[in-house]
Amino acid sequence: MRTRYVLLAVGVAVLVLLPAYGGNYLVRFGTFLCMYAALALGWNVIGGVTGYPSFATAAFFGAGAYAGALLQVAHTPMPLAWAGAVVFVAAASAVVGIMILRLRGHYFAVGSIALVEVARLVASSWSDLTGGGMGLNVPILPGGPEYAGMVFLYSMFAVAAAAFAAGLWIEHGKLGFALRCIQQNEDAADMVGVNTTACKIAAFVLSAVFAGATGAVYASWTAYLDPSDAFSILLTLKVPVMAMLGGAGTVLGPIVGVVVFQAMEELLWSNFLEMHHAILGLMIVGLIFFLPGGLLSLGAHRRRAPARATSREVPAE
Amino acid sequence: MSKAPLLRVSGLEKSFGGVRAVRQVSFEVGRGEIVGLIGPNGAGKTTLVNLITGVVRPDGGRILFDGADVTTQRPFQAARRGLARTFQIVQPFPQMTVLENVAAGALFAGKATSRREAERVAAEQIAFVGLQPFADAPAVSLTLPNRKRLEFAKSLAMGPRLLMLDEVNAGLNSAELDNALDLIRRIAARGITIILIEHLMKVVLGLSTRIMVLHHGELIRAGAPRDVIADPRVVEAYLGQKFAKRYGRLADA
Ligand SMILES: Nc1ncnc2c1ncn2[C@@H]1O[C@H](COP(=O)(O)OP(=O)(O)OP(=O)(O)O)[C@@H](O)[C@H]1O
Ligand SMILES: [Mg+2]
Repeated sequence: MRTRYVLLAVGVAVLVLLPAYGGNYLVRFGTFLCMYAALALGWNVIGGVTGYPSFATAAFFGAGAYAGALLQVAHTPMPLAWAGAVVFVAAASAVVGIMILRLRGHYFAVGSIALVEVARLVASSWSDLTGGGMGLNVPILPGGPEYAGMVFLYSMFAVAAAAFAAGLWIEHGKLGFALRCIQQNEDAADMVGVNTTACKIAAFVLSAVFAGATGAVYASWTAYLDPSDAFSILLTLKVPVMAMLGGAGTVLGPIVGVVVFQAMEELLWSNFLEMHHAILGLMIVGLIFFLPGGLLSLGAHRRRAPARATSREVPAE
Repeated sequence: MSKAPLLRVSGLEKSFGGVRAVRQVSFEVGRGEIVGLIGPNGAGKTTLVNLITGVVRPDGGRILFDGADVTTQRPFQAARRGLARTFQIVQPFPQMTVLENVAAGALFAGKATSRREAERVAAEQIAFVGLQPFADAPAVSLTLPNRKRLEFAKSLAMGPRLLMLDEVNAGLNSAELDNALDLIRRIAARGITIILIEHLMKVVLGLSTRIMVLHHGELIRAGAPRDVIADPRVVEAYLGQKFAKRYGRLADA
């Protein structure tokens, strides 16, 4: 376990020092890594720990992006606009959560993906506010591209770090235990005194908040938003795949998944962007059938297997 | 308040589609009682427990627990109030360890305020039911009798005042049954009130201070064990003649 955290610390150092030695390309790559890490860690709270297969990531990412962008267009200073976006997404996700968290399993998955479609429809039809399909220009951060690159790298990094801290807090705290009980057997969790409704909403909102914060930073970073970019089905599929690739339900899994996925994408298929959906589809099938625990479970199996064997050897009375 | 019965159910009613699973059921359970609840398959026994623990909402009637109206409570609220139950079909958290399963009860429904404290309480209850060798084993790896013990430990960790045991002894062999009987006696000795749903009359008569009989959703008889099993309606609805004769002696003993 310790080596994992040492590796993580090294990775963080490489990332944080990027502007000192890397060019624009690497800084941009690092910013995307942080962005997906924040999204995957956020998704993990509801999708991994709680076991609710959410495909709503892009809905809250887009909502945060538009809320932040519109606030900035209305001359709100950037950090305040981001904070406003987070508050908006928290409130919106609480309302939506109350409605769709009544659904379970496939029904929840379908309901959550519908949220993305509905949100995109709203953004593209409400053109007075959002500019519709024409898109929305967000004020550009003054100070030149290098400075801006650094600001957005560190901002995304801060969101990812907060998501990681939240993940650790959840794993070791009472809420995380309750969420794991829900993931294992929701009715039984209710029976042992877990307020399942409140816990699920808390998990859903937490996960949405990180997507919203990420979206708000993203909008300022790219300085331009349109509905299909903000509410992207690709993003909503990619994030759970990344978390599952590394190991859903663990704190480090989503990070490992993001790094591996982004590296593969950059090296292997960045030139075939139109094949993205097909590759994602294949990965989902592959993960479900061959690696349900994710990459991290490959190491864990070796450690856990003997413990399980001994527990079976104890004779039943 | 402490003079009032622990549980008072009045005019309870529940239908599923056309089936009236529980009809106008009224009864009281006093503190420290062990009440046997018997009746043929489909009589409505599990439904009654589900109503009392908020798993299903009654169509009519009222449930008072320790003087408070709990008719519309949700299961987690019932658990926190001290209404615990075991499931006819065991409901563990399969991939969690036995210790974690039991700790969940202590943390979310019991008095434990931290995970560490919950695990301490859990370890005590695991020892009490005799599951120590399996404390760190995942719940799925347990045999059926041990899963039933896990249900016991989990509900005890919740610090219940009323414990409803829904056929916890079904499927046990006679040695396991003796263990289970002993366990129930020791739980009762702690001052926990018990409602015992059970098909094995040997168990019901060996433990109950009072027996209630459900038939087609109706409470057809309630009273002292020997009176209940001598009642011709009960004999006809559930026990049958042979059993009545055989167990008449048991009840007198
Ligand atoms: N959730 C449900 N939906 C529909 N019908 C139900 C439901 N729960 C119970 N029933 C019906 O209500 C009636 C009472 O069932 P219940 O399970 O309470 O009986 P029981 O006395 O516990 O029987 P057993 O001894 O077999 O456990 C049955 O006819 C059953 O089919
Ligand atoms: Mg039953």
